[in-house]
Amino acid sequence: MHTSHSNIRLRIIKDRLFLALVVLLSFAMIVPLLLIIFHIVKNGIGVINWEFLTALPRPMGETGGGIANALAGTMMLIVLASLIAIPLGVLAGIYLAEQKTGRIASGVRLCMEVLQGIPSIVIGIVAYAWVVISMGTFSALSGSVALAIMMLPVIVRSTEETLRLVPDILREASLALGVSYARTVLKIIVPSGLTGILTGILLAIARITGETAPLLFTAFGNPYMSLNVLKPVDSLPLMIFNYATSPYPEWHAKAWGAALVLVVFVMGMNFTAKVIAKRWKVQF
Amino acid sequence: MIKVSFDSIFKTVLKAVGVLMLLLLAGIFVTLVIDSLPAMKAAGFAFFTGTTWDPVFKEYGSLVFLVGTLLTSFLALAISLPFSLAIAIFLGEYFRSGLVSSFLKSAIELMAGIPSVIFGMWGLFVLVPLVRQVEMQFGVAPYGIGILTASLILAVMIIPYSASISSDVVNLVPADLKEAALSLGATRYEMIKKVVLPSARSGIFAGVLLSLGRAIGETMAVTMVIGNANILPTSIFSPANTMASIIANEFAEATDAVYISCLIEVGLLLMMVTLVISMIGRYIMHRMKI
Amino acid sequence: MESPVLRVENFSAHFGDNPVLKDINLSVQHNRVTALMGPSGCGKTTLIRCINRMHELIVDAGVEGSIYLHDEDLYKMNPIMVRKKIGMVFQRPNPFPTMSIYDNVVAGYNLNGIKIKREEKDRIVEESLRKAALWEEVRDRLHRKGSFLSGGQQQRLCIARALAMNPDILLMDEPTSALDPKATAHIEQLISELKNNVTILLVTHNIAQAARVSDFTAFLYLGDLVEFGTTEKLFTVPDDKRTEEYLSGKFG
Repeated sequence: MHTSHSNIRLRIIKDRLFLALVVLLSFAMIVPLLLIIFHIVKNGIGVINWEFLTALPRPMGETGGGIANALAGTMMLIVLASLIAIPLGVLAGIYLAEQKTGRIASGVRLCMEVLQGIPSIVIGIVAYAWVVISMGTFSALSGSVALAIMMLPVIVRSTEETLRLVPDILREASLALGVSYARTVLKIIVPSGLTGILTGILLAIARITGETAPLLFTAFGNPYMSLNVLKPVDSLPLMIFNYATSPYPEWHAKAWGAALVLVVFVMGMNFTAKVIAKRWKVQF
Repeated sequence: MIKVSFDSIFKTVLKAVGVLMLLLLAGIFVTLVIDSLPAMKAAGFAFFTGTTWDPVFKEYGSLVFLVGTLLTSFLALAISLPFSLAIAIFLGEYFRSGLVSSFLKSAIELMAGIPSVIFGMWGLFVLVPLVRQVEMQFGVAPYGIGILTASLILAVMIIPYSASISSDVVNLVPADLKEAALSLGATRYEMIKKVVLPSARSGIFAGVLLSLGRAIGETMAVTMVIGNANILPTSIFSPANTMASIIANEFAEATDAVYISCLIEVGLLLMMVTLVISMIGRYIMHRMKI
Repeated sequence: MESPVLRVENFSAHFGDNPVLKDINLSVQHNRVTALMGPSGCGKTTLIRCINRMHELIVDAGVEGSIYLHDEDLYKMNPIMVRKKIGMVFQRPNPFPTMSIYDNVVAGYNLNGIKIKREEKDRIVEESLRKAALWEEVRDRLHRKGSFLSGGQQQRLCIARALAMNPDILLMDEPTSALDPKATAHIEQLISELKNNVTILLVTHNIAQAARVSDFTAFLYLGDLVEFGTTEKLFTVPDDKRTEEYLSGKFG
């Protein structure tokens, strides 16, 4: 009697200890997150001012200067990559949603999963081989091609998943009105899933905005302002990498500032995607 | 009549884009293989077994990078596992909803959204000095950079992935199984140990594999803290290079055609390793219908 | 009696090797309600989906025989033209969730790219909503999305959407099966009012509903058209034993 009683107590103590351990380890993960955010804000906030955002980098030794070239380059890379990836990704997503079975469709699905798993640095090599080699120069275009390839699986997958949720009765209602298949898809099914498609696009952009590896030997970086798609451009993450790995404390400070800008941008993108997914959801 | 032909154009366009996706992936493979051919000719099988990577003397042995990659990734996995398991149990079993769990979920999402170059920079400026102090305590050369630092950063980076996959799996364990265990007088800990974890095991394994795939392919954060030494690592404190970091470091500067080709072959190898690992993970997930 | 709006002649339909309709002959009279009734799986829904050529959208589906709308063979026409001339209301209300009430009513025009003047559209919207007995309830909220409407109101919106295209015939596939009794009564009353202007073919598994609203009734069983005649005759002195058994609740 006595032993079984103490046995139960031991088991209850174990149970409590386990819960405590789970909670402790779970929240331990937040520590590095808070530290990262703390360091970025602490070291970055003092660097950021109007000049930092609008001026070009100055040569080593001169004070001041900013990240305007990287901001413009990042914007350009995002826009170009989106121009390539959004139409292709959305169309491929529509194709998969419409083609539930079939050899090509399941091939494309597998293909997107494989693409999602390819390391970004390898995508960079491919964009180098395809674009940089054939054009004979590093360029914004080659960087955008690499980023577009990385956007595709995200957009294709979210488009397919959202469109599959559109109830079949809407398609039937449209077809029964004598509306052609193409118009039914484009004017009924796609608008009904537009929120999800948009969310997927924003998440894809958030994913590529911070990408550095595929740009190392495609967009390459450029300390001057360039809006030419056929010439090298800088980007925020590239600049952070180059500045952070340089031996100069002044550049380290600039890297922190650029990091703060980048993190705010990426978080903002993710947040917007979430809000859109919640607010504009179409009720079926 | 015009509409009918628009329909067939539309269908053709959709299919063409689908085929284009297949061609894209095929093109990636073919490009990597073709551009690796000069390296395969020049270095042959020694490419996989050689431990000396010296472009100046045209010696290309990539085994050091494979070792560096696997060492950092598995070490990262080992470090991250207790944390991601705890989060999986926390979110999938103890606190399935409510304020605390949504706070933790947001933190995980936030973490997954931080660009890897930022992790690398934080590692370089904050973690490296810390590791250096530890190394001084241990009496090893205080580089600060090296395999341990890279693994720590990688561990932090992959926790969100393995944790969110594993918590989904833990969530899927049927309630009647758990209630059966509880009704037999098991404590919650015993129920988790005897019922939840065994039935979620293969799903958790899949999550582990997928995050391992990410760790292996991760480039920037590792490149910034691994130390870039093309040598076979002797301890977890020694600087090294991974397949991804050698490409990041040397590709833009490589001028010799065989040199570039060898780096591309490293890329091909890297891709194959990641794909095999993440495809096994995805296969398990598909079978479990997650 | 004037010539029928729709004639189904020696018509059969199948999914793969499974026959679902066997040699059906049927005609639908102008401005009358014709009910197709029978237990589930008898092929009644398949029959009306064959009439507006929706049946063929399913893989493996095929048909033999002919269906004439007035004197045109529907299976010799473009399916899109067929569906423009034939309206359909479905089991579950399915207004387009991305469109306002107004846009839902004129969806048949907008989606088909038919350009009409604004005043003409306004007229069509009002007329169709009045016909569907929904105008008074929604006239102040025409440009809002229809998601706040009740199930019955949504179904009437779908009826208005079909009526807006001025169909030669309106197919209704168990239009009240997803509605509560009050909304059902409302729709049934609407059907009785509509038949002054529209020819209606109504699918129902509800015997009482067929008796209440239809002028003619067809009884289908296991893909066969067992009996077809005026509702009065079919319900009082059926020719076929199976009809009698069905009406007395012996099966289905």
